[in-house]
Order: sequence, then C-alpha cells, then structure tokens
Amino acid sequence: MPIHEQSLIRPENLKTHDELVMDGVDVSGHWSTFIETRAVSDYNENLQDEIGSLPGGEYVHRCWQCGSCTNSCTVNAINPDFNPRYWIYLIRMGMESELLRDKDIIWQCVSCNKCTYACPRDVVPEGVMKATAHWLELKGHTPKSPSMHFDEVFSGQVIERGKIEEGRIIQGFFKRTGQPLMQDWLIEMGKRMLRNLPVGLLTRMGLASLVAPKTEGWSRARDAIREYAEEQHAHHRRALGLDELAETAKQEAGAPARS
Amino acid sequence: MATNPEKYKRVAYYPGCALEGTGHAYNRSTKVVGKALGLDLVEVKNWNCCGAMEVKNIDPKIQTYLSSRVMSIAANEMGMDTVMAPCNGCYHNLKKAEYDLKHDPKSGEVVDRLSKKAGHATYQAGQVDTIHALDWIKDSIGEEGLRERVRNSLAGVKVANYYGCMYTRPRHIFPEKDQGEGSESTSKPHFMDDLLAAAGAENVDFPLKTACCGGAHTLSDSDTSTKLVLNILNAAEAAGAEVIATECPTCHSGLEMHQVRAEKKFGKRTSVKIVYFTQLLGLALGLSPRQVGLHENVSDSIGFFKAKGLA
Repeated sequence: MPIHEQSLIRPENLKTHDELVMDGVDVSGHWSTFIETRAVSDYNENLQDEIGSLPGGEYVHRCWQCGSCTNSCTVNAINPDFNPRYWIYLIRMGMESELLRDKDIIWQCVSCNKCTYACPRDVVPEGVMKATAHWLELKGHTPKSPSMHFDEVFSGQVIERGKIEEGRIIQGFFKRTGQPLMQDWLIEMGKRMLRNLPVGLLTRMGLASLVAPKTEGWSRARDAIREYAEEQHAHHRRALGLDELAETAKQEAGAPARS
Repeated sequence: MATNPEKYKRVAYYPGCALEGTGHAYNRSTKVVGKALGLDLVEVKNWNCCGAMEVKNIDPKIQTYLSSRVMSIAANEMGMDTVMAPCNGCYHNLKKAEYDLKHDPKSGEVVDRLSKKAGHATYQAGQVDTIHALDWIKDSIGEEGLRERVRNSLAGVKVANYYGCMYTRPRHIFPEKDQGEGSESTSKPHFMDDLLAAAGAENVDFPLKTACCGGAHTLSDSDTSTKLVLNILNAAEAAGAEVIATECPTCHSGLEMHQVRAEKKFGKRTSVKIVYFTQLLGLALGLSPRQVGLHENVSDSIGFFKAKGLA
C-alpha cells in the first residue's frame, strides 16, 4: 500500500511569491513554494523516557519508522493530520514543541488496534497514543479530553461498584462535559428504542438506573484497586518530574517551599 | 466443523454489563439459541465488569485484574474450564488478561496482590479457555449440525457479516487463530459467515468486516464515530446487504446510534437493518421475533423479517 502523508508540510511553512526572480529566473507563482528553513534547538531529551514511563508507551523506543501504523490507521483515513508514525518519530527525537502542535487531536485514537496488528516491531502504537494523550494532560499541555472524562466516569463506577450501568455513565459524562442530554438525535434514539420495547425490560432498565447494579462483597476489591491506582499515579508524577516542577514554580514565585 | 462437541456443551457464561443494558437483545438471543441447540450456559457467579475499553486507559493492570477475577471465579469457585463471552469487549479483555498473565510477570504480581487483598484465589494462566459465542456454536454444533436443525431457512436474506475490532486484534492475544484449516482468521474472519450460511443466509462480499465503528469514542467524539459508522453502513448497502449481522454490543449499539445520528444531524439516511447474529440464528431455528428480542433493537427489522416469511 502506498504511504500518503500529505500533512507533513504545514501551510505556515509554505511561501508563495507573486514576483520573485532568483539568479535571473522567475520563480514566482504558486508552483514555486519554499519550505522555510529552520533549526531545531529546543529538544526535550527526556521525552521518550517520559512517555515510555506511562502505561502503553513502554515500547516506543522499538520503532524503526516503517509507517505501517499510519498506513493502517482508522483516524488517519478521515483526518490526515492524525499521524502516529510522525508522532512516534518526534517522541524519539525529543521534538516536544513540534509534537505539541498536534496536542489537541492525539486523544482521538479510537483503539481499533489496526496499528498494533500491522506493526512489525511490537511498538504497540495504540498504547503510545494513549500514553502520549496522558502525558499531555499530566504536563498541563491540554485540558482533560472528552475521552479521558469518559474513561474516568466509567472507571470510577467500575472501581466503586464492580459493575457499570450505562444510563448513569451517560448522565455522568454529559454532566461533566456540560452537554445537554436533550439533543435531537438522542431524543430520536430514545423514541425508536421505546417503540417496541416491552414493559418488563423497560422496568428493569429503569430500576437499574435508580439502584445501580453492584458486585456483592466488592468493597475489599475496591479498596485494593484504589490503593494500587494511587501508587501508580504517584509513580507517574515522579517519572515525569511533576512534583519537582511544581516545587520550582513555587520557589520562583517566591512562595515558601513545602518541607 | 464441530471440533469440541462435548467440552462446549456446558460452559461458564459471562454476559458482561452491556448485555444487561443496551445489549439485552444479545443476551436474550444467545440464551434462547443455546437452549434450542441443547447447550448449557451457567452464569459466572457474582461477576464484575472486565474493564471494557476504558479502565485500561486509566491503568492496564487494573483491567487485567478485573478480567482475571471473572476467570478465577469460573475456575476456582465453579470448577469450570471454559468461559464463553458473547461481547467482543469482554472476550478481548479476558484473552488479553490470559496473555499478559502468561507472558508478563509484573501483571502476575499485581493480579496476585489485588486478588489476595480482595479475598479470592488468584487466577493462574491456563485455568480456563475463553471463547466467543461464535466459537461456542461453531465448535460444538458446527455448520452440519446447524443445517440439520434449521426450520426457517434464511434463504433470500442478504447479510453483511460485521466482526469489528476486538474479535481479531491484536493478533498475539488470540494464539488459536490463524492456525490453518478450521481455525478463525484474524485478517478475514469467517466463523459468522459460516454459521449464517449454514442457516441459509446469503452472505454478501463485505469489505469492512473488521473496520472500526469508533465505539470507544461513541459519545466523546461523536462526529468521528458517525463518519466511521456511516462508512460501514454505506459499504454494506453498496455490497447489496439488507442486514448487518453483529457480534458485539458496542458495535451494535454504535451502528444503531450513529445510523440515527447520521440521519438527524447530517441528513444521511441508510436503511440497512442491524441485528445480532444470534437473532438471525434464532429465527432460522424457528424461534419468534419476540423470543430473539428483535423488539429490543433500535433498528426496526420486524416488518422486514415478516416480509421474508421469517416472522
């Protein structure tokens, strides 16, 4: 399959001249565009290690840039700017500022695992996408994505009760992201669902949304998972040096350092 | 081919959260089809969520623990050697946990620690085989067995078989697939095609069998999901399909939801019906639309099947 990555030359790096003569040759016009030359000097040498320390990013160092991930990518097919191969390259090179230009779309990976299926080096690009999205949020480069909000609402309910109930998840997610439940397509969905639905099932679903289902005797599992999750969170903050960053920022602002 | 007629006669059944909610029609139809085929389902006691597609994004090892607990109960508290999960997500996660526990000592440590604190036996890799509803019917009854039991042939029903992502990807968590004749293929899966063909259906040549419906972001990035779903619906119609057969509650509700959303939001109307493959098998086995839960689907197919003489 051909590799088609049209998005690499960004519009702002292109120049079009109406009247430009070089060495006596007229090179003006749209065809003679120039890519602006630039030197990269702001490397983050730790970028690969930081993303590698987050779940999913462990194998980013294995990549040899074949492009199979981007070539097979579901999201790339509808948005050419979504380019896992390129992002993995930037991560490995430490080109953080270049990576940040795409910070608002990296979370859109749909986890279809076509990349992981195609990858000949076992990089698990799907995991790298999740780790990168996570890294962006932990570092404060992006707010929590809608997807992260959904994951948190969902996981919160699983950890709390052992099971989920879809109605509550949807309500919790819409509330958190400030979306109205009364959207025309959702109302239409509801209407079509109710058209043939038997009363018995309707009652059951209604009851489930009032009294959420729960795995019996779950509290010990809940506490064990929470304890582990907190440990992991602290571990990730350490790996990214976030506590030190916060401390430095405080000191620079003249606030007394926490002992 | 019925390769495991005895072993799969009685299996532990893990329906999962979706099958108790929006995927209830899949739960109902799986159970009645099992009953009609003389297969016994014993529900996993006091099961929990497998972690779906969300918990792994918080921490993959918590997901491994959640899935391992389900297998531990089946093996250690019920003495079962096979867990059947009809939901692609549950099936995928149990297989993934099995793989991780076999190959990654760190996952084993975390699962052991959490299991001990939670107060149940730690699941050990190899204690159970996890299978999908497709394996369950294909390997216990097989096409021959099914053909003998068909009472209302699906002849004349044009079906696009849609498998989704989680049933075949990534390859390494499905060591039994891609093993030559009789095994499932991860690039061109065919178990659903085989079963529905045995029930008389006319399978169309559908190129998007394992395309993604955007199920992970069905609500958090709805425009992407609508585009992906519309692509699948259009491709099925272009291939001549009247029905898309599904095997996953997330795919199924994603297709239904975004079929409506594409129509309401973008004015793109499609008429292909969306039904679970177990609902189609049930109709072929002589069960009524109500028994297989057609009335529980958002996609209204009752009139269509009536016109085909199947309801």
